[in-house]
Amino acid sequence: MARIDLKNLAHSYFPDPRGDDDYALRRMEHVWEDGGAYALLGPSGCGKTTLLNIISGLLTPSHGQVLFDGKDVTGLAPEQRNIAQVFQFPVIYDTMTVFDNLAFPLRNRGIAETQVKSRVHEIAGMLDLTGKLKQKARGLGADEKQTISLGRGLVRDDVSAILFDEPLTVIDPHLKWVLRRKLKEIHNKLRPTMVYVTHDQIEALTFADKVVVMYGGKVVQLGTPQELFENPAHTFVGYFIGSPGMNFMPCNIDAGAAWVDGQRIALSDTQMTALGKATGKLELGIRPEFVRLEGETAVVGDDGIPVNIVKVEDLGQFKIATTRFGNAELKVKVGEDQQISGQNGILRFPQQWTKIYADSQLVA
Amino acid sequence: MNKITNNKAWFLVLPVFFIVAISAIIPLMTVVNYSVQDIFGPDNRFFVGTEWFKQVLDDSRLHEALLRQIGYTFSVLLIEIPLGICIALTLPRKGWGVSACMVLLALPLLIPWNVVGTIWQIFGRADIGLGGYVLNMLGVDYNYTQSSVDAWLTVLVMDVWHWTSLVVLLCYAGLRSIPDAYYQAAKIDGASRWAVFRFIQLPKMQSVLVIGVLLRFMDSFMIYTEPFVLTGGGPGNATTFLSQYLTRMAVGQFDLGPAAAFSLIYFLIILLVCWVFYTVVMNAGQREEH
Repeated sequence: MARIDLKNLAHSYFPDPRGDDDYALRRMEHVWEDGGAYALLGPSGCGKTTLLNIISGLLTPSHGQVLFDGKDVTGLAPEQRNIAQVFQFPVIYDTMTVFDNLAFPLRNRGIAETQVKSRVHEIAGMLDLTGKLKQKARGLGADEKQTISLGRGLVRDDVSAILFDEPLTVIDPHLKWVLRRKLKEIHNKLRPTMVYVTHDQIEALTFADKVVVMYGGKVVQLGTPQELFENPAHTFVGYFIGSPGMNFMPCNIDAGAAWVDGQRIALSDTQMTALGKATGKLELGIRPEFVRLEGETAVVGDDGIPVNIVKVEDLGQFKIATTRFGNAELKVKVGEDQQISGQNGILRFPQQWTKIYADSQLVA
Repeated sequence: MNKITNNKAWFLVLPVFFIVAISAIIPLMTVVNYSVQDIFGPDNRFFVGTEWFKQVLDDSRLHEALLRQIGYTFSVLLIEIPLGICIALTLPRKGWGVSACMVLLALPLLIPWNVVGTIWQIFGRADIGLGGYVLNMLGVDYNYTQSSVDAWLTVLVMDVWHWTSLVVLLCYAGLRSIPDAYYQAAKIDGASRWAVFRFIQLPKMQSVLVIGVLLRFMDSFMIYTEPFVLTGGGPGNATTFLSQYLTRMAVGQFDLGPAAAFSLIYFLIILLVCWVFYTVVMNAGQREEH
């Protein structure tokens, strides 16, 4: 178990990178706490696997350092770093039994056979593999093979960190859920430092204490699932987390309020102060969960914006209404019991949940 | 589930049956025909039953040729398979070196067999051949036309030169199919170089190795052209393998009956060995799965 420090870290696959675009991983500085469960979340090609491989030592970063508990491990090979890693597709040793597969990382390190036995049985018990220990690994299904891979990742109790590279991709949905719960349980019990790469937001949000959202080689936000949801630091986070994603509309600031397509949306004083220095392309963002839709008969008042209701999708537990005013289009999540009738309605933007972004970064 | 049976489907197999019949079964039957008759002329033939088989099985020179053949084939397999695996393991995995190595390795395979024999015949000569000359320069008394050991070794080295590439290419194909994640996982599991070979590379190469061993077994067991060109089976009978002996019997002495009987036995030996080998290897795989 170790704290992981990424110091001034960056990586480029080119020998002499010129512009920012040559970097698979832009310069970053982070501290990941000992015993934390971190998820690296982002779309394909955002650099999350590159970052994971740098932490595991399969890849040496072109810039910066990786520290485990303050000790520089940047130049060390994976086996010297004392980490475990589980890959996207099952890696099993075909000719060995399930038991030998699980025991392999322990035996390679010269651990006494009695200890190997108890440890393997413990892990097999957690992953429901006990009945299969004597079987050859070759004949098993993809699910079971990946479970063995997970087991090999968990079997050593002295590792600095356990890294997962989209480990549940090949697992069927039901078992996925079970295994995720198991991982969470194991984490709560043993408190290893875990880093989990995924492009599935549900997986990230349920597994991790802290989610690291990556986009275009950069860490755009590191926070708890709640922070990511309520306070996205980057438009990508707003768009990527949540279903449907956050609404964004181009806006300008004038007379103590934001203006979207000629409609006034009031902002708080603190927001206005923060916006004083903002430059670049301004956007107003609000989550579909937080914007309020009222019937056309409601009083427009100071803060209401009349809108057309373009369509309503009923998803069972809630409805998603697509509304329009001018060129702006907004999705609104509406409770199942709220009636939506007619073509028109009134939108209200609670100040607390109305966010302003300049060049995709949160400013207020 | 109801299985639909339609016997008309058998008609679709007929073309294949005809091709196999013409190319293999009918020629084989003529050999069977010869093996049980003593033929003096088109109208003058006698049925002799198993007499030729008995004669052939009692032939001491045949026994010698068979032993020589078995020794040779085993040597070929013992050298070419491990050597092929070793070379395949050291080949580059990417870059321009891959194509360069592939071309170099494929060269011996592209040369016609009798040309291979001729190349080594000249190469091994002490007067004008580079190999033979250098060996004699180094103080080795080497002469494949006089020493039976030298002749036998020359034929063996020639085969290794000619065919190891095939094993290398097969193994290389097997190695290339292993995803990088296996090597990375092994690294993280702390596996030694030997363990990586034993538990990842060898199992993944198993199926291509079976093909490689079978091909090299059949081919070396039937070797004819190269020793025929290189040594003509000599000196004495030192490099007279089964094919050579058979040809001498059938074409040289025109003993068609015994030659036919011998051909059948030869065929059965190869068939039997291949079948046993294949079944044992495949069953070993099956048993592991259940």
